[in-house]
Amino acid sequence: MYLRLDGIAKSFPGVLANCGISLEVDRGEIHALLGENGAGKSTLMKVLYGFYQPDAGTISVDGARLDLRSPSDAIRAGIGMVFQSFMLIPAFSVVENIALALPRLGVVPDTAEIRERVRQYGARYGLTVDPDAKVWQLSVGEQQRVEIIKLLVSGARILILDEPTSVLAPHEIRGLFEILQTLRRDGYTILFITHKLKEVMAIADRITVLRKGSVVGTLSRDKATEQDLAYMLLGERELRTDTFSRRGRADGARPVLELESVSVPGERGRCGLAGVSLSLHGGEILGVAGVTGNGQTELGEAILGLRRAAHGRILLDGVDVSHATTARMLEAGVACIPEDPLRMGVAPGLTIAENMILTERRRFMPRGGLFTDWRAIRRAIEERIENFGLTIPRLTVPVGTLSGGNVQRLLLLRELSRRPKLLVTFYPTRGLDIAATRMAHELLMMARNGGAAILLISEDLDELLDLSDRLVVFSRGAIVGAFRPGEIDTVDIGLLMTGAKRHEWHDSPASPIPAS
Amino acid sequence: MARLARLADSRLLIPVRLLGLTALAFVAVGVFLLLFGKNPLAAYRAIFAGAFGSTYGLSEVVVRAIPLMLCAAATAIPARIGLLNVGGEGQLHAGAMAATWGALTLGFLPRAALLPGLVALGLLGGAAAALVPAVLRWAAGVNETISTLLLNYVIVLLVEYVVRGPWKDPMSYNWPFTPEFSDSARLGLYWGTRIHAGLWFALVAIALFYFVLRRTRWGYEVRVIGDNPEAAVRAGIPLGRYILLTMCAGGALAGLAGMAEVCAIQSRLRPGISTGFGYTGFLVSWLALHHPLGIVAMAVLLGVLSVGGDQVQISLGLPYATVNIIMALIFFVVLGSRFRAARTA
Amino acid sequence: MLASVLEGGIRAGTPILYATLGEVIAERAGVVNLGVEGAILVGACAGFITTAQTQSPLLGIAAAALAGGVASLVHAFMVVTVRANQIASGLALMFLCLGVTSFVGRPYVAVKINAVAPLAVPGLSDLPVVGRLLFSHDVLVYGAYLLAPLIWLILFYTKWGLALRAVGERQAVAFASGLPTAVVQYAAVVCGGVLAGVAGAHLSLAYARSWVEGMSNGRGFIAVALVIFATWHPLRAVLGAVIFGAVFALQLQIQARGVALSPYFLDMTPYLLTLFGLLLLARTQRHTMPEGLKEVFEGLK
Repeated sequence: MYLRLDGIAKSFPGVLANCGISLEVDRGEIHALLGENGAGKSTLMKVLYGFYQPDAGTISVDGARLDLRSPSDAIRAGIGMVFQSFMLIPAFSVVENIALALPRLGVVPDTAEIRERVRQYGARYGLTVDPDAKVWQLSVGEQQRVEIIKLLVSGARILILDEPTSVLAPHEIRGLFEILQTLRRDGYTILFITHKLKEVMAIADRITVLRKGSVVGTLSRDKATEQDLAYMLLGERELRTDTFSRRGRADGARPVLELESVSVPGERGRCGLAGVSLSLHGGEILGVAGVTGNGQTELGEAILGLRRAAHGRILLDGVDVSHATTARMLEAGVACIPEDPLRMGVAPGLTIAENMILTERRRFMPRGGLFTDWRAIRRAIEERIENFGLTIPRLTVPVGTLSGGNVQRLLLLRELSRRPKLLVTFYPTRGLDIAATRMAHELLMMARNGGAAILLISEDLDELLDLSDRLVVFSRGAIVGAFRPGEIDTVDIGLLMTGAKRHEWHDSPASPIPAS
Repeated sequence: MARLARLADSRLLIPVRLLGLTALAFVAVGVFLLLFGKNPLAAYRAIFAGAFGSTYGLSEVVVRAIPLMLCAAATAIPARIGLLNVGGEGQLHAGAMAATWGALTLGFLPRAALLPGLVALGLLGGAAAALVPAVLRWAAGVNETISTLLLNYVIVLLVEYVVRGPWKDPMSYNWPFTPEFSDSARLGLYWGTRIHAGLWFALVAIALFYFVLRRTRWGYEVRVIGDNPEAAVRAGIPLGRYILLTMCAGGALAGLAGMAEVCAIQSRLRPGISTGFGYTGFLVSWLALHHPLGIVAMAVLLGVLSVGGDQVQISLGLPYATVNIIMALIFFVVLGSRFRAARTA
Repeated sequence: MLASVLEGGIRAGTPILYATLGEVIAERAGVVNLGVEGAILVGACAGFITTAQTQSPLLGIAAAALAGGVASLVHAFMVVTVRANQIASGLALMFLCLGVTSFVGRPYVAVKINAVAPLAVPGLSDLPVVGRLLFSHDVLVYGAYLLAPLIWLILFYTKWGLALRAVGERQAVAFASGLPTAVVQYAAVVCGGVLAGVAGAHLSLAYARSWVEGMSNGRGFIAVALVIFATWHPLRAVLGAVIFGAVFALQLQIQARGVALSPYFLDMTPYLLTLFGLLLLARTQRHTMPEGLKEVFEGLK
C-alpha cells in the first residue's frame, strides 16, 4: 500500500476527534472519506497534512515512516491539501498566487514560464483557468483549480481535498471529477473528504466511512450501494416513539411567519437563499435539516432583518416585514439563538446580567432609559432563572469567562424567557451535555406548548426528529423536502440532506397543518 | 471577602500597574536627559516643585486639568464604541469661536442670560466641528482619525484668520486678537487664582459621562457596541446613530473647553488659547483607558507635568518639550503593556 | 506664473512624495504608520543638526534617513510584536518625535547652514521651458521622482514586492506560503521611516533651509491621506504629491502678488483638499485597499 495511516488518535480538550483510525490507500487511487459533521474526517486529514500532531499512530508513504511536524514537512513529503476556505489572495492574479506557492522563485519571477505551466496543466488535466485573471474575478470552481495547480507545482503526489464540492454548482462538480480522473491516470493519489453520498458513488475508487471518530468500514465502490453507505453513516436509529406530545396545536388560522419565494444572494461562495417558501404557525416547531452552509444562516438573517431579501416577501402575523429593521423585529416578538453564540449573541466583556437584558432593553430600562436600577434588574433575572429551575450563577461575572455550553444555556434562557412569538434557533444544544440537552428540549417544548412558533435549525437529526412537528430539508439554499417525522425513514433524510435525492412532494411545505 | 479578592485581581490593580508603568517612563526620560548632560533628578524636582511647591502651582495644576478633562472626554466618549477622535484641538477652537461670536455680538446682555448662552454656543461649536468627520465616517467610511486630524489644522487656521480679520480688535495696532469681552461674558475666577467655573463644567461632564455609561440605556448600548459590534447589530442597536451621537457629544465637550478658555482665562479670542490641550487630552483619555474616573486622575497628572514643564523652563532652562517627551513615553509604555483600553468599565 | 507654480510644486511636493512613497510601502505590508509625521520631524531635525555640525548636506541626508528609520522601528515593534493598536501607536510616535525634536533642536533654531544646492543637469537644464521646470532642482528632488518608478517596479515585478503585497493582503495566506511575515512588516515600516526621514531632510536642508519646531506641519498626515488617493500606487503618488506641492507653491505666489486673500485661507487649502479627496474617493478606497488594512481603517475595534 502506498499510503498508510496506522492507529491515528487525536483528541482536543473535551473532544475525541480520532480514535485509533487506520487507513490504507493505493497509489493512483481516489479514496473518499465519508462522514457527517464532527465524524473526524477533517481532523484526520489535517494530521496527515502536518497541521496537527497525532497523539498516537504513524503515517507512512511508500513504506517510509513520516514525521510530519508542520505543513512544510508534508509538502516536502509530497502531500498537499486544499482546504474548504481557499488559501488564495483575491487581489492577486492567478500567476501571482502560484508564484507564491513555488518552492523556488527568481528575483524577477518568470511570469511567462508560470503562465506556460498553467496552460500545460490546463491542457493536460483540464485545470483550465486564465492565468492573468485576478482571483476575485474567478468563479469558485476556477479558484479551486488554482488551488490544485498550486499543489501540483509544489510537487505534491498525494492530494487531499476537504469538501471540494460543497461550494460548487452541479456542472462544476462534473468538471472537477473529470480533472480528478485525469490526475489519477497520471498516478496522483487523491483523498477526498465529503459527506455527499452521490458524489462518492460517482468518483471514488474506495470509500472509508467514519462515524464519531472511528472507522465504520471501507468499501470499494463497485461493492457499495447508497443505502449501505447511508446506513453506515447514520447508524442504527429506531424511529423514536413520542417522548413529547407530537402534534402541535397550530394556533389560529394565520401563520406567524410566512416566507414567500424569498431569495437572498449568496456572498463569497456561499449559496444564499433561492426562492424559499414556508409558513409557520404558533404552537408548532418547524425543523430545518441540512448540512451547515446550505442557506440556514441566510434564512436566519433574512428573518431577523439583518439581510435584505432580493426577491420575495416575509410576513410576520400577516404584516409585511421584508424591510423591517432588526430592532423592529425584536420588538415585534422575534427571538434568535444564533449559530455562533459567543461571537454573535453576547458581549463577552460585559457581565451576565448585562447580557441577559440585551434583547429586551426597553423593558428593563424604562423611563427613557435613565436611572437604571441594576440591582432590580439582577433580581428580576435571578427570578427568571429560578423559574426555569436552574441554579443562579454570579451575575456580575463577565460572560467571556463562561464555557461555550454555558453561554448557549444563557442564550436559551434569555430568549425563551422573553416569551417570543417566533423563535429562530440554530443548533440549540451544541456543546451541551446530555442533561442540559434534555432540559433545553423541555424548554423548547414548553415554549411551543405556550404558543410560540419555533424554527429549529439543526444538524442533529435525532434532535430534529424528536422535537419537530414538521421538517424541511435545506440543500443549496432551497427546500428539497418537507415531511413529518415518521413519514420517511432516516436513511432517506440523510440522502436528502446530502443532496442525493429529492423528495417527491406529497404535501406542499407552504400548506398549514390542519388544526387537530 | 472572596469578593474583594476577585476585585483586586482585576480592576483595582489597574491603577497600580499604571503607576508602575509611569515610573518606567520617568526612568527612560531620565536616561535621555543624562545623554544630554542634564541632571534628571534636578529636572524632576523642578517639575514637582513647580506643581506642589506653591499655592499658585497647585492652582495652576487645576487650571490646566480643566481643559484636559474636557478634551479627554472628547476622545473617550467615541472611543467607547471604537472610534478614534483626535480632533479635540479643532473642536476646542470651534467652541471658542462660537462663544466668541456670542460674546462679541451679544455682550450687552446681562450675565445671567449671556453666560448660559455662551455655554450653549461652546457646546454647539464643538459638536458641529465633530459632526463633519462623524458624517464622513458614517456615510462614506472615511477614517475619523485622519479626518479629525486634518480638520484640526483647518479650524486653527480659521481662528488665525478671524482674529486678524473680521473680529480684530480695532484698537490693538495689529496684535492678533479680538476686543476684550464684556464683564458679563466672563467666567468668574475663584480664590485669587485662575481657577474658573470651567472646573464645575468639567467635573459635571465627567460625572455625567460616568452616569450615562453605567446607568442609562444609551450608555449600555454604547458599551455593547464597544465590546462586540456584531452582537450589538444583531440586538438591533443602531450603530450609525451612535457614531454620530458619540462624536458630537465628545466634540461638544471639547468645544466647552474652548469656551471656558476664552471666557475665563483669556477674555478674548487669540491664537494660542490652547497649548495642545486637544492632543494632550487625547493622551489623557488613553492613559485613563477611556474611563471617566481615570480621566480625572490622569488629567491631574498631566496637569502636574504641564506646570512642571513651565518650571523646568524657568529654573533649569530646559525646554517645555521635556514634559511632552515624558507624556509621550508614558503613552507608549501604556500601549505596550497590552492593556485592553476599557470599553466596558 | 503657471510655470513657476509647477516648478514650485515639484519642489514643494518632494518631501510629500518621499513620505507618501514610504507610507505606500508600509501600508502595502499591512501597517498604517501615522507616526510618519514624527519621522519627518526627526529626519528634518537630525539632518539639520548634522549638516550644521559637519557642513556636509550629504551627511545630513544620511543622518536624516537613519533617524527616520530608527523612529519607525519603534512603531514596527509596537504593531508587529506587541500587537498594539496601529493608529494609537502611530500617534504616540508622533508625539514622542515632536517632543524629542523640540528638545534637541532648540539650540539650532536660528542657525544657518550650508544648504543642499540645486544641481542642474548639464545640457538638459538649458532647454527652453522644460529646462528650468524639470532639470534645475536639487539632488533630493531628482531622487524622489526617480524613486517612484523604481518602487513601482520592485513592488509589482520582483519577488520581494510580491511577498510584501501578499503580507498586506492576507497575512494568513502569506504565512502559509512560508513567508516570514513579521520580518517583512518590520522591513516595510522601517523603509517607510527612512523615506520619511529623507522627506524631512529635504524640508530642512533644501526647501526651508532652517529648523523650526514642528515644521512638518501636518505633511505626514497629508501623506497618509495621499496614499489613499493614490490607491496605494507609487506612480499615482507622484501626481498627488505634485498637486499638493503646487497648492503650497500657489500660496506663496498669491501672497507675492498681493492678492487680497488671507494667507490663512490659502494655508487651509491643502488640508481641505485632502478632506474632499478622501470623501470623493471613499468608494474606490474600499475596492483598492489592501485587504489587511480594512480592519485598521474601518474596523470598530
